[in-house]
Amino acid sequence: MTTNILEMRGITKTFPGVKALQDVTLNVARGEVHAICGENGAGKSTLMKVLSGVYPHGTYTGDIVFEDEVVEFKDIRDSEAKGIVIIHQELALSPYLSIAENIFLNNEQRGAFGLIDWNKTNTEAVKLLARVGLRENPTTKIMDIGVGKQQLVEIAKALSKRVKLLILDEPTAALNDEDSDHLLNLMLHLKGQGITSIIISHKLNEIKKVSDAVTVIRDGKAIETIAKVDVTEDRIIKDMVGRDLEHRYPDHTPNIGEEILRVEDWTAHHPQDPFRVMVDNVNLNVRRGEIVGIAGLMGAGRTEFAMSLFGRSYGSRITGKVFKAGKEIKTRTVTEAIDNGIAYATEDRKTYGLNLIEDIKRNISMASLGKLVKGGLVDDNEEFKVANEYRTSMNIKAPTVLAKTGKLSGGNQQKVVLSKWIYSNPDVLILDEPTRGIDVGAKYEIYAIINALAAQGKGVIVISSELPELIGICDRIYTLSEGRITGEFPINDATPETLIKHMTMEKAR
Amino acid sequence: MSDLETKPASNTPEGAQVNPSNSKAGAWVSHVIADLGKNGIFVALIVVVVLFSFLTDGILLRPQNISNLIVQNGYILVLAVGMVMVIIAGHIDLSVGSVAAFVGAMSGVFAVTWGLPWWLSIILSLLVGALVGVWQGFWIAYVGIPAFIVTLAGMLIFRGLALAVLGNANIGSFPAEYRALGNGFLTDVFGEFELDPLTLGVAALAIIALIVQQVRTRRGRAAYGQETEPLVWFIGKLVLITAGIGMFAYALASYKGIPVTLIVLAVLILVYGIIMNRSVFGRHIYAIGGNLHAAELSGVKTRNVTFWLFVNMGVLAALAGLIFTARLNLAGPKAGDGFELEAISAAFIGGAAVQGGVGTIGGAIIGGLIIGVLNNGMSIMGIGIEWQQAVKGLVLLLAVAFDVYNKRRSGGR
Repeated sequence: MTTNILEMRGITKTFPGVKALQDVTLNVARGEVHAICGENGAGKSTLMKVLSGVYPHGTYTGDIVFEDEVVEFKDIRDSEAKGIVIIHQELALSPYLSIAENIFLNNEQRGAFGLIDWNKTNTEAVKLLARVGLRENPTTKIMDIGVGKQQLVEIAKALSKRVKLLILDEPTAALNDEDSDHLLNLMLHLKGQGITSIIISHKLNEIKKVSDAVTVIRDGKAIETIAKVDVTEDRIIKDMVGRDLEHRYPDHTPNIGEEILRVEDWTAHHPQDPFRVMVDNVNLNVRRGEIVGIAGLMGAGRTEFAMSLFGRSYGSRITGKVFKAGKEIKTRTVTEAIDNGIAYATEDRKTYGLNLIEDIKRNISMASLGKLVKGGLVDDNEEFKVANEYRTSMNIKAPTVLAKTGKLSGGNQQKVVLSKWIYSNPDVLILDEPTRGIDVGAKYEIYAIINALAAQGKGVIVISSELPELIGICDRIYTLSEGRITGEFPINDATPETLIKHMTMEKAR
Repeated sequence: MSDLETKPASNTPEGAQVNPSNSKAGAWVSHVIADLGKNGIFVALIVVVVLFSFLTDGILLRPQNISNLIVQNGYILVLAVGMVMVIIAGHIDLSVGSVAAFVGAMSGVFAVTWGLPWWLSIILSLLVGALVGVWQGFWIAYVGIPAFIVTLAGMLIFRGLALAVLGNANIGSFPAEYRALGNGFLTDVFGEFELDPLTLGVAALAIIALIVQQVRTRRGRAAYGQETEPLVWFIGKLVLITAGIGMFAYALASYKGIPVTLIVLAVLILVYGIIMNRSVFGRHIYAIGGNLHAAELSGVKTRNVTFWLFVNMGVLAALAGLIFTARLNLAGPKAGDGFELEAISAAFIGGAAVQGGVGTIGGAIIGGLIIGVLNNGMSIMGIGIEWQQAVKGLVLLLAVAFDVYNKRRSGGR
């Protein structure tokens, strides 16, 4: 018996036209926590889908050896029967069913006549919940507990299937720090009980915390597996991007002019609960050619502030004043905001930013169709020309501007969104998490675009939860906590420590 | 037709780029195949026509029958134009049959009971349709009630109002000018000829206009460096379309000439084709259906667009009601029964997507014609109404299934 619970040998998986995995070998030792990291699209998820039978045996080449036995999974049920359970980033729980019902979904605890034994279901659920450290009534509905707890229910569900190898795909992506810590500790705890896990993650600090070995995947190839003692952030990053990232941020020489936008006493309330303050008396300003950061944790009111400012797209009972170049303007509707030279690129491209079934051309023209109207009709030749210019200048990787945006990568989608707003010719751009879900190479390009916008004399507001990013590109940073501005720092005073301190500053009660 | 070519359905492979064949002939063939795939619905119509002309021993293609095909399906095609727009925006309208009946009844009151002039009756009837649209559009756009519910309610409300207006009786004997909307032909101008000269003349003009427009579009695209189709195929297609129009016009000319319904339809197709493709309003409809939130955050006044969309649907439903009433020369309580389902089927067979954002006017018209040919062909063959229903249901299911399959194959979402 070898010490490896899993050996994936020479796995190659091709999709029409793309080699997603190329001769990948992955060895996972029994009882370890093994991290897999790589850029978006590097092939991590594909590898896990091969392992769990989502891509059945025969659609890939290479061997999977699990517990010293060559396995050929036809579907995900086959792999679960062997004790391999994968928990996807998007949780597969039914919101209207109870915790216990979800845990035993498709594995119901039966009693007499094959009917469900509810006593057994709930007592077994309580035992499983205790193992993952979740104190909740098993009859509580999934929709009534937070994402962090839902994640734990997923793990309890995996335990109910007698899991031997647990795969977690970016488990902490949607969790706050406290829930993340709990989850990571749970992984270590389960390791103590002999459960092997694979964790896919972008977050280098958490990889360092829990994993015994790290395998880095780049462009469908396994670059190397690093043992715990040798793991450093620099080494992982170097493996991920294939080059040293001395310059993760392009050089930016600020050329700051007079004030272009000032927001005074901006307050917005929750749309359903008009007495809950979401944005609390925010005052801020941006000058021409300046890149201003807003740093805040999830739920601090960053997006709420931006969207309430942009045509009251969020919230209720909104008060406050907006001044552009010293003159008060109104931004009561999105159209009014756009007409006043404000643009807002959302943090959630797919849901709020793009028409994914439409082509690049029509997405770029969406916010400024009026410019293309000739004789009452949209000039589609001109539209094509404009879109093509942006495809070239923004380096959107697509064969033509007639390609559907749904088929582009995250980075290219973001470039389409930015093109749309740049074409509307704004004076102020509010970019909400402009590099979320984008790989390192494309991030650099986005930063360069942001710099170019500032160099043209536009004011840019960047909202981000990645502090290195804000510190890397901004001229000035505001911190936001519980809907309030808690600090303002010129870039030279902005250190991660001070920013975090102000981002977590609580209201005096 | 230009509508079909410039706004391909979402399942199209990206033409020549997919097949990087170096030989010119290879590129040519791949382009033709891609083009046929794009206009698959058009090919399907031809297949259905050929099939039924065979099954009916050629009766389907007799001049009188071709003329009847248009006139009998005119009101469905009018509804299909409005319906596909509603569906592209991600909504649905179940009330159009009842609205058509209600407006038909009102037009009976205007033209017969009150004896108003025919033109005034028609204008008032269209206004009633617009008001119905205002009512439904208000609930859908500004109150936010799903269109399915509002128009399901409308289906009951306006059927009820139609019955109330008619008082359980029929209103009949409309003025001749009014009846022309459903029965009239543009022949009487030159008197009786073997082949109506006006029809042939109009057809010739239409062909010339089409060629000029196509050539100009092609030149424009070329001037902007857009990819244009191979010249041979471009000319070949024009020849085919010209031949099609010619044969169609010949059939009409050797019967009674151009039906008034056809003129109404031609104007609607032209105008709405341009609206959907080239106007800001049309673009906004596609944007709303493709992603409501993204449209909203791009400054599209989504509520106003939705509102006017339903006002438009109301007017078109009214027009369909007028054509139907004129054709029967009777406003009856059962009028418009099941129209909504035929119009919705037409839009979906024509390639509209249930989720919204995808569809064309041209596609919906061809979808409606396919249903029309099925109805007509099966009637000629003497197939009972029960089997006609079943066959139409199957065709709808298969058409949408084919679309879904196509999308999956081309790697769409």
